[in-house]
Amino acid sequence: MALVALKRIIKGGFLNFKRSGLVSWAAVLVVTVTLSVVASIIFLQAILHFSLNQIKDKVDVTIYFTTSAPENKILDLKSSLEKLPEVASVSYTSADEALKIFRARHSSDYPTIQALDEIGSNPLGAYLNVKAKEVSQYESIANFLQSDNALVVGADSIVDKVNYHQNKLVIDRLNSLISGAQKLGFLVTLLFVIISIIITFNTIRLTIFISKEEIGVMRLVGASKMHVRGPFLIEGAIYGVVATLFTLVIFWPATAWLGRNMTDFLGINLYDYFISNFIIIFAILLLSGVGLGIISSFLAVRKYLRK
Amino acid sequence: MIYFNNVSKIYKDATALDDVTFTIETGEFVSVVGHSGAGKTTLTKMILAEEMPSSGAVFFESVDVSKVKNKDLTKLRRRIGIVFQDYKLLSNKTAYENIAFAMEAVGKTEEEIASDVPHVLELVDLSHRLSHFPDQMSGGEQQRLAIARAIINQPELIIADEPTGNLDPINTHEIVQILKKINDLGTTVILTTHNRGIIESVGKRVITMENGKIIRDTKHK
Repeated sequence: MALVALKRIIKGGFLNFKRSGLVSWAAVLVVTVTLSVVASIIFLQAILHFSLNQIKDKVDVTIYFTTSAPENKILDLKSSLEKLPEVASVSYTSADEALKIFRARHSSDYPTIQALDEIGSNPLGAYLNVKAKEVSQYESIANFLQSDNALVVGADSIVDKVNYHQNKLVIDRLNSLISGAQKLGFLVTLLFVIISIIITFNTIRLTIFISKEEIGVMRLVGASKMHVRGPFLIEGAIYGVVATLFTLVIFWPATAWLGRNMTDFLGINLYDYFISNFIIIFAILLLSGVGLGIISSFLAVRKYLRK
Repeated sequence: MIYFNNVSKIYKDATALDDVTFTIETGEFVSVVGHSGAGKTTLTKMILAEEMPSSGAVFFESVDVSKVKNKDLTKLRRRIGIVFQDYKLLSNKTAYENIAFAMEAVGKTEEEIASDVPHVLELVDLSHRLSHFPDQMSGGEQQRLAIARAIINQPELIIADEPTGNLDPINTHEIVQILKKINDLGTTVILTTHNRGIIESVGKRVITMENGKIIRDTKHK
């Protein structure tokens, strides 16, 4: 019995959608605009996230050691740094490697190479390059390096310099910039989503307002609330599904164009992002569209179902 | 079957019903007559629990309509068929679907719907309009469709609120004849109208209302 009722409700929803003609398509259009806003926000967040990650990746702290520092002490420090929860990675560059890199970098700078050759011994010390998981965590890593128990016995004397203190100002500024950008991004997203929801809700409410009297008639004919409400909910869900398909169809060529022409500017290929995250983007749009359609219909019909 | 006990309905600045008491027995055909604003529609709305009395009580069989809970309202309304002056058909459903909807509402199966709907449409002479939408039909046809919808679930009571108000004399006569036929088959009918000519042609009990009061209640013959 319940299955028959469900079948009738679904059929009623499809018939309503088909027979409401222009009104249905107007509602689909508005939901499509809303979903396009949602999709744009997903892509903007991706660009923002990518850009911020690139900036974050450029930040690191390097610990330079004296030339006399024994390698085992440095490696001890490396392993104790790696144990810190804030640390993402520590890379070790030995004095010999540092010299090789230096020579490679200055291969065309003849006087420097000549000076180096004249010295005979390696003037460069080894160094550890530390990357934190978050930009804000560099300070605690620097503090760790200063604390007594952080350094293995005698290690204090082997550290030449730590460049955190020179970079502190830049890192701090970057940190506040990143968190500001994230907060702003979130607020703008929230604002757009709220505006879109209000517009969609009102459009769907108007489509149901047209059926206001008929809802009353259905009740007088003896239809239960679910029997009256059901087809409207299905209709709302159909708006969401059709609008999701429209939005995907719009964004397919749009991201392809952006991917081909704007990748260098944006730093990320939006088409690749779209394709590799297709399932999740599809799911977000479908859930938002269908959810919005159903909830708006539910609230709008409820108003006329009181009697 | 229906019992109004000292029922009054007072809106903010007007009295729609003023201490109305009457009884309608099962199988009766009762015409309620009066000018516009006499309280006829308010009276029918009270039976359907669309309006609640300000004082007094309305009984449908043993049910006190004014105390019916929201969830039992559907059950009550399924026992009553209603015909309105403006037909109140579902505009985006065909003639067939309008009637099928009323049957679906009470949980009839697809087989029952498929066998009963053509039959009732034939009864009101609309077999040829099965797949037409209400706006493709004349006023008389729409009202006959509304009657078909009202009787499809074999209700105990039919309320026809000014069913002929928008119709020409020929269609009016047809509608009245259909209502009489329904009554002959045992269904109680309440017909409200401001047209005295209709009452003459029905020739049954007449309740006359004026300013919310019953001023006359007569058996015609």
